[in-house]
Order: sequence, then structure tokens, then C-alpha cells
Amino acid sequence: MIAVRDHRDKAAFSRLFDHFAPRLKGFVMRNGTSAAQAEEIVQDVMLTLWRKAHMFDPHRAQVSAWVYQIVRNRQIDVARKENRPMPEALKEEPDAEPDASQILAIEQETGQLRAALQKLRPEQREVIEQAYLGELTHQEISTKTGLPLGTIKSRIRLGLQRLRHELKDLSE
Amino acid sequence: MTAISHHIPEPMLAAYAAGNLPHAFSLVVATHISICAECRAVVEAHEAVGGVVVEDSGAVAVSASMKADLLSLLDDPIPEAPVYARSGPYPGPVVEALKGREPRWKKLGMGVRQDILAEDKHGSVRLLYIPPGQAVPDHGHNGLELTLVLQGSFTDETGFFGVGDVEVADETLEHTPIAGAGDACICLAATDARLKFNAFVPRMLQPIFRI
Ligand SMILES: [Zn+2]
Repeated sequence: MIAVRDHRDKAAFSRLFDHFAPRLKGFVMRNGTSAAQAEEIVQDVMLTLWRKAHMFDPHRAQVSAWVYQIVRNRQIDVARKENRPMPEALKEEPDAEPDASQILAIEQETGQLRAALQKLRPEQREVIEQAYLGELTHQEISTKTGLPLGTIKSRIRLGLQRLRHELKDLSE
Repeated sequence: MTAISHHIPEPMLAAYAAGNLPHAFSLVVATHISICAECRAVVEAHEAVGGVVVEDSGAVAVSASMKADLLSLLDDPIPEAPVYARSGPYPGPVVEALKGREPRWKKLGMGVRQDILAEDKHGSVRLLYIPPGQAVPDHGHNGLELTLVLQGSFTDETGFFGVGDVEVADETLEHTPIAGAGDACICLAATDARLKFNAFVPRMLQPIFRI
């Protein structure tokens, strides 16, 4: 992803496509979307990934999290004909040195999150998947047990370290 | 800027990240996380869970022609999308909802003004302007109401709300918010139902004011 962002590397983008496009198609089809429409959505998502690559920040997210945000935006757009309101983009610090330890920490936390999800009982996992497919309301999310609200606490703490000063810059 | 002390409940942030929060509430969340690092981190953490769900979704082969089409689009010029930057007390998502214009205030009485930004069958979202020291008479709620302070402050039976703070009110809360001294209080308020005003506007006038 960094090669795509910094060097507009099409070969790297092609590899990113090979990894994400089939998974995205599987994800989109889970709510009953036809294969043909799913392909259109996947194409839009991958094109957005290419065009907005400069907005990707590995200190705050893994590519998969960013892909998830983009695909949900696109699905909402298609289903409801409206755009989901999005927060202000954070200011980039073009000269800032990448912080390898933060990038690694985000990677590790995501790995742990994934392992935690894989350990869930099938019916618990089902609820999680429903929630992130956008099929549960906030009331349902707060009443259904088993959502990994606790599991993601360390992930939240990590994200905060980075966000605190970026948002401070934004509001000043 | 004082620290934000009233945040958005986590299930609502999770529903926002999952793209299943009504539009009116989503606008309040997007605006709040534009200025609140804590809630933004929560949203991004939920996006990470969503990312894991995508990663672990069963792969379905995509057609070679779709990939070829896509690769041929990469050098096309990128269409210009308008970028709505913060303007005065209004963070980017509010400016976007205003489509870049200034608020068009409509008088509600007693110096209170509003500009309805969006309204549909799932609820509505508006900007409210309350002069310093002015009380918004006692009102209850039919559904859920989120009120985010953008400028000034207000106080009610439950506490003090400054810039960035969000009050979450449901059926059980009957309150009388009073704007603080100094700057007028400007809020972004979203509800999934009509407000019930006890004294402020007679019930029969509500359809006219669309409160
Ligand atoms: Zn917050």
C-alpha cells in the first residue's frame, strides 16, 4: 500500500487488488447483492483506494480497516442514495518521519483482534459479522452481548496516541 | 478550548463505523469525531474490526475483465470533489451539510433560531442558535436526541456542556437547557422523532415549526 501511495506503483496496486477484490466481493455478496452489482462496487472501492491513497496513514489503520470504511461508504451510497457524513480529514505532515514502532503496534493489535474473533463461538461470531455488515442498529449493538467492545480497547489506546496531536493541530 | 467531557456512547460509534446509524445521528457523530480524538479512535478501532471481517470473508473470484477495466482507469484524471473545510464554529461535516453556505436562520421565538439541515422519516438534524443566558423551555423527547455544542455552552439539570460536548437525551429526560453567558450557544441537534415542547411552542404549532 505504501508503494501505491508514495510511488503510484501499479504492480503493487495489482497485488493489492488480487488480495482484496475477491474478499470484498465475498463481503458485499453476503447481504444478497448480486455478483454483477458486487463487481461494480468492488471496482469503485479499488479505484477509490488508488485515487485516495495519499490519505492512507499506516500509523492509524491497517489497509483492511480503510478498505472497510470505503466499501461501507459505497454500499450506503448504492442502497440509500445518500452519502454517509464523514469527519474532517486529518492534516498530513509530509515531512514527518514514519514511526515504525507505531506502525508495527497497529499491525500486531489487528492480528490479536483477528485471533480473538476467530476464537469466538460460531453464534457469537455471527453477531459480530451482522454488526459489521451494517445489519444491527445501535440499540441492537448495545443489547446483544458478545460484541468485542472490550477486545478493541488496546487498539483504541494506540489510535489515540496518534490522534491526540493530529486533532490538536486541526482545531488550532 | 476546554476538554470535551460528554462523549458519544460506544454502541452508537460502532453503528456509525458499520454504516448503520440514521443520517441525522451520523452527521452529529462525524462532526464530533472531527474535534474529539477519543471518539475518533473508537470509530477507527471499530473500522479495524470491520477490516478483519472483510479479510476473513470468503473470497469470490472476480472477472478478469473487471480488473483489466480498472487498470485502464488508473491514469484517468481524478474528478474534482469539493472539500468542505471548517468555517468559524462549523466543522467540515456541518459546512458540507450546509453545502458551503452560511446558516439560514429561522426565528422560533425568544431569540432562538434554527436551520434545518436534513429531514427524513428517520429523523432530522438542525442547527440551533440560543442567545446568551436564554432558556429553552422545559421539553421532553419522543425519541432519542443528540445535541452537540459548536459554540458557547449550555447547562441543564444533567450538567454543563461546552464546545465539543454531546448531550444524549431520551424519553426519560425532561430538561431546561440554559445558554451560558458570553457567545451565543450554537448547537447541532439530531433527533429520530419530533420534540415534545411543554411550554415553548404549543403542540399544535409544531408541524408549522417542524420541531
Ligand atoms: Zn468524544
